[in-house]
Amino acid sequence: MTAPPSLCLERLAVGDLEPVSLRVAAGEVLCLAGPSGAGKSRLLRAIADLEPHRGTVTLGELAQTDLPGHAWRRRVMLVPAESQWWAERVGDHFPAGEGGVRGLSALGLMPEVLDWPVGRLSSGEKQRLALLRALARGPSVLLLDEPTANLDDATTRRVEAWLMARIRDGGWPVIWVAHDPAQIARVATRRGRLEGGRLVEEVPAPCK
Amino acid sequence: MQVIALAWWQLGLAALLVVALAACTVAGRLGMGRTLLIAAGRTVIQLALVGLVLEALFASARLHWVVLMAVGMLLIAGREVVARQKRRLLGGWAFGIGTLAMFLSSFTVAVLTLTVIIGPEPWYRPQYAIPLLGMMLGNTMTGVALALDRLTEGTWQQRGVIENRLMLGHTWQEAIGDIRREAMRSGLMPVVNAMAAAGVVSLPGMMTGQILAGTAPALAVKYQILIMFTITLGTGFGTLAAVTLASRRLFDDRERLRPDRLAAPRG
Repeated sequence: MTAPPSLCLERLAVGDLEPVSLRVAAGEVLCLAGPSGAGKSRLLRAIADLEPHRGTVTLGELAQTDLPGHAWRRRVMLVPAESQWWAERVGDHFPAGEGGVRGLSALGLMPEVLDWPVGRLSSGEKQRLALLRALARGPSVLLLDEPTANLDDATTRRVEAWLMARIRDGGWPVIWVAHDPAQIARVATRRGRLEGGRLVEEVPAPCK
Repeated sequence: MQVIALAWWQLGLAALLVVALAACTVAGRLGMGRTLLIAAGRTVIQLALVGLVLEALFASARLHWVVLMAVGMLLIAGREVVARQKRRLLGGWAFGIGTLAMFLSSFTVAVLTLTVIIGPEPWYRPQYAIPLLGMMLGNTMTGVALALDRLTEGTWQQRGVIENRLMLGHTWQEAIGDIRREAMRSGLMPVVNAMAAAGVVSLPGMMTGQILAGTAPALAVKYQILIMFTITLGTGFGTLAAVTLASRRLFDDRERLRPDRLAAPRG
């Protein structure tokens, strides 16, 4: 197996944000902080190619434009802060096949939850299930937008531990938007801050 | 059997009754008296004008006049489709897609019906071509307008769901699939209902007209069935085409959802 690819942004510009250039290597977790409205979510949306933007994004040798939009997003998986559910049953949101959904018990969820109607889920359950359904699609990069915003402390720790193990196993480059300094200290291998339309990194790592 | 002629003063009697109704709505403070009278006035003027146009058209019976009339009807129907939408596609796409869809379905079905099934001499004989096309366009317009309105409104309201599905790697067709099916269904529903109720609940206008004009009911029924089928075909294919084209336009070449391509609702 070849080494997992790294994620590169070159002069990526969206909205009022100054062009962003950075590299996230395999297995690295870049934590992004910054005041709300600074453009963190928008930056993630541009990386997932959900919004028109300038500049280029590459995953290893593969550029965003080499793939159709849906194929790129299947690899560069964005998990939004607020998840949306379209089917009646929770289980219908997961890809069909091989031996059910893994990670339910690790995140403190019962297997029966898959048979529940979506309306029965609490916001914390939705958030954890949104992570599970994203990871079930086998991504190569994770873009996490406040993945523990609706969780209590104990569950937050549990989700962090599980996510970090999966990131280590998969060797994924990860961009993780977080507000809590304690959480950033626990999960980040690198830190950045979006403020006044600019990205400030503690240790910049440009692409080339 | 001869049709009993109607004199203008006889229509005047009916008009008086409409005025009486308007007076009642004014008395009941429904705020509709004025609109009612204006609509009644429009009916008189528009139908009188179209009567003149049809008389001239029937007298000349030239292909290019028939085509001109048909194109005029199509463009007006296209405008009407745009007017009936709350959030239409910007940049002329609403008009373009609606008109193209109606052109493809109504014109194709009308020409096929005229040449292959009815077979008047010549095939574009205006007594057959114009009423046939008019009935098809009227119904196709309703179906296309309903379906497009449902599509754009549904997309706007469920844009979060569509985007979340895109994030999970769904293609744009999968992401908008539910809304698209809903839109197509709502466009087809009126004609399906009309066919189901025909003859039992409602006596279709054209059949009634033909019987009043002295046609044997058996023949009038055959024509009505043919018209029902052509209307269904026109509406059905028109709706499918319009929703397919419009839903494609809601996404760009990177399969991103583009709600910015929809107009903000007026009022």
